[in-house]
Amino acid sequence: MKNAFGEPQSLLLVGGASDIAMATAMRLVRRRVHRVILAGRPSPARDAAAIRLAEAGATVETADFDAFRVEEHAKVIGDVFATGDVDVALVACGLLGDTDLDPLKAADVAMVNYVGAMTAALVCAEAMRRQTHGALVVFSSVSAGQPSPADFLYASAKSGLDTFARGLAGALRGSGVHVMVVRPGFVRTKLTKGVNPPAFATSPETVAGAILDGLRAKTQVVWVPGILGQLMRLPGSIMRRITG
Amino acid sequence: MANKTILTGWGRTSPSVAELLRPEEEAELAALVLASGGRGMIARGLGRSYGDPAQNAGGLVLDMTGLAAIGPVRDGYVTVEAGVSLHRLMRELVPEGWVPPVIPATRQVTVGGAVAADIHGRNHHADGSFGSHVTALDLLGADGVTRTLTHDDPDFWATVGGMGLTGVITKATLRLTPIETSRMIVNTYKCRDLDAVMTRLAECDATHRYTAAWIDCLSAHGRGVVEGADHARQGAARSFRARPFEASPGFLPVGLLNRHTTGLANKAVYVTAKRESVQVRPLASFFHPLDRVGHWNRLYGPRGLVQYQFVVPLGAEQTLMKIVERIRRSHAASFQTVLKRFGPGSGGWLSFPTPGWSLALDFPTSTKGLAWLLDRLDELVAEAGGRVYLAKDSRLRPELLPVMYPGLAAFRERRRELDPRLVFQSDLARRLSL
Repeated sequence: MKNAFGEPQSLLLVGGASDIAMATAMRLVRRRVHRVILAGRPSPARDAAAIRLAEAGATVETADFDAFRVEEHAKVIGDVFATGDVDVALVACGLLGDTDLDPLKAADVAMVNYVGAMTAALVCAEAMRRQTHGALVVFSSVSAGQPSPADFLYASAKSGLDTFARGLAGALRGSGVHVMVVRPGFVRTKLTKGVNPPAFATSPETVAGAILDGLRAKTQVVWVPGILGQLMRLPGSIMRRITG
Repeated sequence: MANKTILTGWGRTSPSVAELLRPEEEAELAALVLASGGRGMIARGLGRSYGDPAQNAGGLVLDMTGLAAIGPVRDGYVTVEAGVSLHRLMRELVPEGWVPPVIPATRQVTVGGAVAADIHGRNHHADGSFGSHVTALDLLGADGVTRTLTHDDPDFWATVGGMGLTGVITKATLRLTPIETSRMIVNTYKCRDLDAVMTRLAECDATHRYTAAWIDCLSAHGRGVVEGADHARQGAARSFRARPFEASPGFLPVGLLNRHTTGLANKAVYVTAKRESVQVRPLASFFHPLDRVGHWNRLYGPRGLVQYQFVVPLGAEQTLMKIVERIRRSHAASFQTVLKRFGPGSGGWLSFPTPGWSLALDFPTSTKGLAWLLDRLDELVAEAGGRVYLAKDSRLRPELLPVMYPGLAAFRERRRELDPRLVFQSDLARRLSL
């Protein structure tokens, strides 16, 4: 349960521990979150994340979640909610994909970023509707509305997820569940190392801060940095030139 | 859910949605318990707990005010249903020469709530908490069966202070306090610093049945006003005409209380107090000045208020002084700051009062840095062997609870035995893993 200051106490990370998800989790753990569930594929990265969070003071549980195995999502995530209420769930399944246009690889990108993320979010949403509280944070991207030749597969999947999440927010109105879409611009992370950062590039820490602010204010759509929301009104070609 | 209702505590923080039902017979209650769904249920009285103990997100909340019968007084004892308010009890019993054994700062609480939070009043040093004066109570358990519990039964002490999590309290037998008049003789002493307040309060405890001190926590040295009072023995007849003041006046300025108005109000209370005075005052004016304004909690603005009440053992005076100093330096402004010395505890496993100094403060939730400040104060309180009050809490770090309440392990174990299906649940229980 959240406390009087709106601070969550339990956190579910779906799709593993990306830099952004971890930065957010660490900040929440430093405040009030004491139960963290890492739902992702068993991996050294997941173990390392669990250790970091435990060292920060959290009780960490893991759940074997695979974005591709949509038929298991109800069971895996359902079990997490059955053990106790979840105050915040971050759905952060992500796969950047390649620039080559292999149809099967494209299907993977769609599976992870869109289909898997959507089914996981739906399971979380239903559980939160039953507990009548909770915040569901869905990671979209600034590129969802602005595809470029380099990432349009990813952008198209995020675009679908973004539309889905905004629709879900409407469907859950009045249920006590808060759905928030996060649209970061270029984020300097492990994944983007070596890429020349465009203007308005941001860091996982900044995204985490924006997520915390958004959770407190119950914002529906969070742009990071915030100015991107304004820039999106510019024609796409200009926008792409600015944000890369 | 049929009657979806958004509920909060008196602090108006952390709203949650539940189905609210108002049973009027015990049989209805038992049926509801047996049919309980996965999110469970919790009894709710008049919603005067500040935080979330009478909320149950996604589950059922039982409005107990429909069960409100008062039995006849026999040899100073009365058996009442749990939904009776202390207001009604006083209206009925004061003319007959009785008051409840413990009178908290508002009459708008139910007897069930008073037992579940094991409430205290200004007579704690002399008479103990509410639970000490309950000789028997009826508890509807998770199996749908009502048991009558007395002091010999451990479940009695799990229930007194147990925040409604052992079952639904349906009836209680109380030992009443006889009075000769409905007036109070109130002695007031103005003290220039916290030291003087504490010394005077300890002196008053020896000579008066009801004592408490109000502190100006924004002043440099923690000046304050100590009151020591007793029931007047002769003179006025017994009458009690105070109204419940349930309606909020339309002009109540929302969000009136801020640092500046609070500072002024605190200063005014101190400056206008006489150095020493004796007054004769009616019961309600002495015990319940705030009951005159319905919904005074709205004065704190849309984000509500956070009450913070703790007790530290006698001997931990330094901790108390340190806390008052930290609050003053933080510029967090508490509108009503009340200091009280507690006597022995009742024996309730999760009961709040233990011998020591108790300080109650209230802050607008929007106060900058408040969450952080209170976390630091919790650490000081726990370190000194003290605890915070669950009926007022809305933000404690759950890890500190076992340190503050040594009876918690036994409570948790007994709760799992009594209620394996977790029929009785509340937002408080979930937040603090009770």
